[in-house]
Amino acid sequence: MINKKVNNVQEALQGVQSNMTFMLGGFGLCGIPENAISELVKRNVRDVICISNNAGVDGFGLGLLLENKQIKKMISSYVGENDEFERQMLSGELEVELTPQGTLAEKCRAAQAGFPAFYTPAGYGTEVAQGKETRDFDGKMHVLEAAFKADFAFVKAWKGDAAGNLVFKGTARNFNQNMCGAATITVAEVEELVEIGTLDPNNIHIPGIFVQRIFQGKEYEKRIEQRTVRFPNESI
Amino acid sequence: MLDKIGIAKRIAQEVQDGFYVNLGIGIPTLVANYVRNDIEVEFQSENGVLGMGPFPFEGTEDADIINAGKQTITTLPGASFFDSATSFSMIRGKHVDLTILGAMEVAENGDIANWKIPGKMVKGMGGAMDLVASAENIIVAMMHANKRGESKILKTCSLPLTGVGCVTKVVTNLAVLEVRDNAFHLLERAPGVSVEEIQNATEATLVIAGEIPEMKM
Repeated sequence: MINKKVNNVQEALQGVQSNMTFMLGGFGLCGIPENAISELVKRNVRDVICISNNAGVDGFGLGLLLENKQIKKMISSYVGENDEFERQMLSGELEVELTPQGTLAEKCRAAQAGFPAFYTPAGYGTEVAQGKETRDFDGKMHVLEAAFKADFAFVKAWKGDAAGNLVFKGTARNFNQNMCGAATITVAEVEELVEIGTLDPNNIHIPGIFVQRIFQGKEYEKRIEQRTVRFPNESI
Repeated sequence: MLDKIGIAKRIAQEVQDGFYVNLGIGIPTLVANYVRNDIEVEFQSENGVLGMGPFPFEGTEDADIINAGKQTITTLPGASFFDSATSFSMIRGKHVDLTILGAMEVAENGDIANWKIPGKMVKGMGGAMDLVASAENIIVAMMHANKRGESKILKTCSLPLTGVGCVTKVVTNLAVLEVRDNAFHLLERAPGVSVEEIQNATEATLVIAGEIPEMKM
């Protein structure tokens, strides 16, 4: 077993510097690497590019890095729900590259899988396709999209072991699985770091080869953005 | 005239047995509540769940189980979770049978705009561009006019596009319209609304063939 375990978030983020490009897993606040984000705030790295489906909310998630003005550019598919983000974007302080969600996921997966680029129909005929190669396949137009290049990928999983194997829970899997191995160094934080050999090899979502560093995360808040419930007598 | 729930109820009639359905945020989310219970349908949410169930009872919410609107949800027996790339393989690969989403504008050639108002609002397209570029059966759920009273059913979209030539049907508070051969064909009127009222509220020219029936609600 090749041991990927590090003792804490400080060790896990060794080598993180200003001007780097980071991938951060999560959809909304679901499955975000909370420990890595806190450490990025503490280290105060500046002018970073963040690839993340969303930009957090005011006061939590990537919203913390935005407030601290550490982010130079965001690459996301949806950035509502964050006033500070909107303010920085409209004032020109923050560069934003909006990318269709499926394209964003595939640009991660392509980087993970060693494809330099791929064609997708998403965005053809829109602003998103401007300046990009397009091509007809079977009578339908497609846009050429390049794989991402990133220095660090920060992902969060439910369970993991020292070999770097990961298991995700529910919809917290989202972009986390696609970002593993898509950057030079993948750092995984887990809710539960289990003994080697306890995870069933049949049920591993990410094999350890895609992960360089893994650590036991702590103090997860796991905030809910839209707590929505039904009444006890509601049938549906 | 219909309210938002009425629009959702009318669209629910379009959902057929055996369909995998992706619902957008807003009115489309309500559609799930009104699908006939004698048919089998599975709802896909692009953040990574197939077999989505209703909202959880208070106290059972799980931060790790949400829909694309970031609302807490439950899953039904037979449900599955997956990563974002797999989710969009379902969508791009045309495995999802029906896409229902909201819009700010729809044009008579099937163009749709719903992600950006230049200089005013930029929230992003989320999964909408992937959905409209690949789905073959796209129903738009929206009010016929915007908050300023202007028609959202247009000859040409004025806002930045989400997709080109893709919308197949539009259900509004006033009418059911089919988009075909570069024109809006009026299929049904909302209860108590006349053909004339619909045309007057519509910037695009409607194709009106024969007697137009009232929606059966």
